[in-house]
Amino acid sequence: MTALCVNNLSKSFGGLRVTANVNLNVAPGERRLIIGPNGAGKTTLFNLITGEIAPDSGSVLLFDQDITRVPSHRRAHLGMARTYQIITLFPYDTILRNVTLALLGLSRLRWDPFIDIDLQHDLIDRAREALARVGLDHIAHRPLSETAYGERRRVEIAMALAPAPKVLLLDEPFAGLSIDERRDVRDLLQKIPRDVTVVMIEHNMDVALDFAERITLLHFGEVIVEGTRSEVVADPRTREVYLGH
Amino acid sequence: MITPRHGASALAILALLSLPVWVGNPYYINIASQILLFAVFALALNVLVGYGGLVSLGHAGLFAIAGYAGALALQAGHGHFAADLFAIVVTLAASAVFAVLALRSTGIGFLMITLALGQIVWGIAYRWASLTNGDNGINVTTRPAPFGISLSRADTFYYATLLIFLFAVLTMTVFVRSPFGASLRGTRDQARRMTALGYNVWLVRFLAFLFSGFWTGIAGLLFIYYNQFVSPQVAALTGSAEVLLMVISGGTATLLGPIAGAAIVVIMKNVVSAYIVRWNLVLGVIFIVIITFMPEGLVPGSVRLWRWSWQKLRARRNGVAVRPAEERVP
Repeated sequence: MTALCVNNLSKSFGGLRVTANVNLNVAPGERRLIIGPNGAGKTTLFNLITGEIAPDSGSVLLFDQDITRVPSHRRAHLGMARTYQIITLFPYDTILRNVTLALLGLSRLRWDPFIDIDLQHDLIDRAREALARVGLDHIAHRPLSETAYGERRRVEIAMALAPAPKVLLLDEPFAGLSIDERRDVRDLLQKIPRDVTVVMIEHNMDVALDFAERITLLHFGEVIVEGTRSEVVADPRTREVYLGH
Repeated sequence: MITPRHGASALAILALLSLPVWVGNPYYINIASQILLFAVFALALNVLVGYGGLVSLGHAGLFAIAGYAGALALQAGHGHFAADLFAIVVTLAASAVFAVLALRSTGIGFLMITLALGQIVWGIAYRWASLTNGDNGINVTTRPAPFGISLSRADTFYYATLLIFLFAVLTMTVFVRSPFGASLRGTRDQARRMTALGYNVWLVRFLAFLFSGFWTGIAGLLFIYYNQFVSPQVAALTGSAEVLLMVISGGTATLLGPIAGAAIVVIMKNVVSAYIVRWNLVLGVIFIVIITFMPEGLVPGSVRLWRWSWQKLRARRNGVAVRPAEERVP
């Protein structure tokens, strides 16, 4: 059984082919790194996997269940979570409310128009636990707009992990972070339990290579190299794509 | 625990309850009824504009649908309860149609579709004379008399409107604090993220539209009982624009904002217009002043200015030159 299986996935925007017959098999609990130069189609691949955009052809399977036609929001209920390259949070709310919203998304309570959200102690306790895991519980009530970029990245990770996903897609989690913040986020990612399968897009090889067990190299929407860390790093096509020779 | 907010709310309710006593003149009591019924309308629109980020310019269409449905049912000989129920069901159905069509888009697209739908309602009210009596409108000859209390007097009608208004404020307060209210605000701020978190953004917006439509229908019914008349003018674009101005000028995504906005517009239209011929000009100037100095609206803007003044006063007392956050040099 694979946690995430992508079969011959293709997508074109007009005449531009951004994903071309991509195949990906990620085992349960695996840490997979997807690399490639800018414009390789990495984020588009994530958007296809999460259902934000529909593929032209191919299929996506989550734990052997075909989810190609499943609406994007339903995929979260099946255990898929993601983060964004550009941090996408709720700027007018507190950090705690941001994480509470993440938990509420999978709860039936989200439809309830009669109860007070601030009195849902179980939900709020779980949100606080999620924030404690990323070291932000001490500023839980701080408005998001008053937090630093690195803290927002950690909020985003807390939001992704809070609903206990089975497959987590991380889109450049180290983007825009300082060296210290990168180290903090790397430590956080290494603490993610093994029952969560992680697929990560990252440019920063210093931190990403430590994390990855297998690496997929995308170029012009195609998988050109896939293998273990050492195999991909040693492959001449990797150097060609990244160094041009 | 009793907070200053609770105290202020209690005082406001007391003032509203005693209004007919200290106002006395039935003309001004009727103005107060108008403010309350338009406040309900503005609160209903605020659900979409303020909490959903969906600016509608077609709500006068729904307001008129409720009015016409109620008036036609009464004209057909049905009782008030049946007519009101019929009007609400028809308004909810119309809201569902509006929502399905308008929620194909957001932003300017949503605004344009709702505007078009509102204009269609106006066109039907104006041209389908066999049903709506065209430009002549429909008279509503009687007001209801719940529990034997006739609402034909200014004060009794005021109390009935106040009761409905207070219930509307209560439901809006509960709604805003609820998980569903939080979900709606989330779809306003980050629709893409909300989808990734498992929310059906379309359905959240659709249900919010129905909630907004329900209270718009209630306001529409109050309006026809108040005027005892409904005509195509009720569905006109100016009606939609006016209620939108109430929401924006008072402050979107607040409970007090739309109420304050409704009070400003109704007072300008009914009271100031008696003294100043070009009252529209004054209203326009008021809106420009609000938008210039309080872009967030009158209520949140006043709160900001109050806090700023308070901070300044405290700083002066303590001999510390603290400047407000807005003025601080980075």
